[in-house]
Amino acid sequence: MIRSLPSSPLYRIGYRIYVFLFFTFLLMPLIAISVLAFNDSNFISLPWNGFTLDWFFSATDERQGLFADEELIASIFTSISTGFFVAVMSTLVGTLAALLFEEEEFRLKGVLYFLALAPLVIPGVILGISLLLTATSAGNHIENTFGLDVELFRPSYWLVILGQFSFCATYVMLLVSARLKKFDRTLEEAALSLKATRLEAIWYVTIPFLRPAIIGAFVIAFILSFSNINTTIFLIGSDPTLPIDLYSRIRFSSTPVLNAVSFLIVLTISGLAIINFFVNRSK
Amino acid sequence: MNSNNKNNFNITFYLLIVPVLIWLIFMIVIPHVELLISSFQIEDDMGERVFSFGNYIEFFSQKIYWLTFVKTAAYSIAVTILAFIIAFPIAFYLTKVTSKKNAGFLMLLLLIPLWVGELVTVYGWMVLLGDHGVINHFLITIGIINEPINMLYNNFSMVVGLLYMSMLFMVIPVMSTLQSMDDSLIEAACDLGASKWDIFTKIIIPYSMPGITSGAIIVFMLVIGDYLAPNLLGGKHSLWFTEQIYNDFLSTFNWNEGAAFGFLLLMLSSGIIWLALKLSGQKLEKVGS
Repeated sequence: MIRSLPSSPLYRIGYRIYVFLFFTFLLMPLIAISVLAFNDSNFISLPWNGFTLDWFFSATDERQGLFADEELIASIFTSISTGFFVAVMSTLVGTLAALLFEEEEFRLKGVLYFLALAPLVIPGVILGISLLLTATSAGNHIENTFGLDVELFRPSYWLVILGQFSFCATYVMLLVSARLKKFDRTLEEAALSLKATRLEAIWYVTIPFLRPAIIGAFVIAFILSFSNINTTIFLIGSDPTLPIDLYSRIRFSSTPVLNAVSFLIVLTISGLAIINFFVNRSK
Repeated sequence: MNSNNKNNFNITFYLLIVPVLIWLIFMIVIPHVELLISSFQIEDDMGERVFSFGNYIEFFSQKIYWLTFVKTAAYSIAVTILAFIIAFPIAFYLTKVTSKKNAGFLMLLLLIPLWVGELVTVYGWMVLLGDHGVINHFLITIGIINEPINMLYNNFSMVVGLLYMSMLFMVIPVMSTLQSMDDSLIEAACDLGASKWDIFTKIIIPYSMPGITSGAIIVFMLVIGDYLAPNLLGGKHSLWFTEQIYNDFLSTFNWNEGAAFGFLLLMLSSGIIWLALKLSGQKLEKVGS
């Protein structure tokens, strides 16, 4: 049943077949789109017509490859810069929140902690619409009172960043908290008794200890932002992020360039997963 | 010295709490209060927003709305249970059965679909399941069928998509509780002659209950709030409650009705999660860890 116990061959083989089927199910969609990204055909499906790189590089009217499609490239850059700002903001606030809830005692701590965890149990759709409603009300109010039109309060690039930040910070907080729980508080106390201020102790002792978790959380926040659609779709302004752009293409005009983009995403993510694998192993 | 030290503590405390308060008040509390207020407003003939129960009355008087609501809840619970049945043996295999080296490699494979994002994987399933998709093409080529089977745009493909995007969130928390389980518990039970079924139901399942609860809550949340799988993989009849909200906000621009539906969805999901926490004796604080 477990490593140290003998079990019948039938049980062992049956179990292995199940695991094999599970991973086949898991990887099938990714393999299918990756392979079809190189299919020499104008449709996204089989039959296989031979190998081509057209869906990456071709720039003809019939076949507009990924790197010739300015709209697509623009949305990739929008997604990367959005992800960067979201990751920076949520890493900062999430780490502060982890320090606050792990190390400080104050009134209403329970309530605040509950609120900080709330994005885990609030569907992304709801975060999106409630932020849209709030921003619109605030924008209308400011316009009526001061006659100012503030871009932040309309669906826009920065509103998307705020919306994604609102839930990414929770994930950062949890990842950093998990490492902070293993932190030996006496190290911080030692720094304090050596006349470091509390801030210095956090900066020179606690933060270096947390660094791996902070870096990991930054990457996770970036990935969460990069793939988000449920919250983003309500807050998007004139420049779509990559998932929004892909979503409208899937609904209205599928060409194999979708396979090419998906393949690139799978490739990048696999690279990150492999790095993560080796970093974890060397620990 | 003492007072100076205390001062420092205060500054640090405010540096920590102020950004966190800004985040929680402006991004979490105020928007949800606004959501609740909007849900009780309608636009009158002058375009002014006035207080009304109209949006909620609309929900309860139109059969399609509350029927979709109930259907979404029922499907979400069913998918959560299915995700548990599929994912638990995998979590057990990775932590207790296979070698550490194999487990590391398989974990790598698990992370890829998780990080790639839902859109790409949903699209992958469209490519696989379509009438001219990979699976039909394969089955026709090897001669099992002559006509393509309709696998896409129905409840089946929707459930496949929902399971696919959520089940890994069951595997990971269950793995982390199983990792802390001492193998000798199972060995002892086995030495004392317990059957596999007894070991499973009386030792392994109770021990991993915290992980199962966390996983179930996350899976349920993701499924009930999902839009892509019902929208892209589901058919005309696979209505999902989030789709009503999307329609109100993005097509018909009836934001107040959308707010009411959003609030109902929030009540539904938190109600079911609260019930699950009560029944299993868990705390929300544990779900995060």
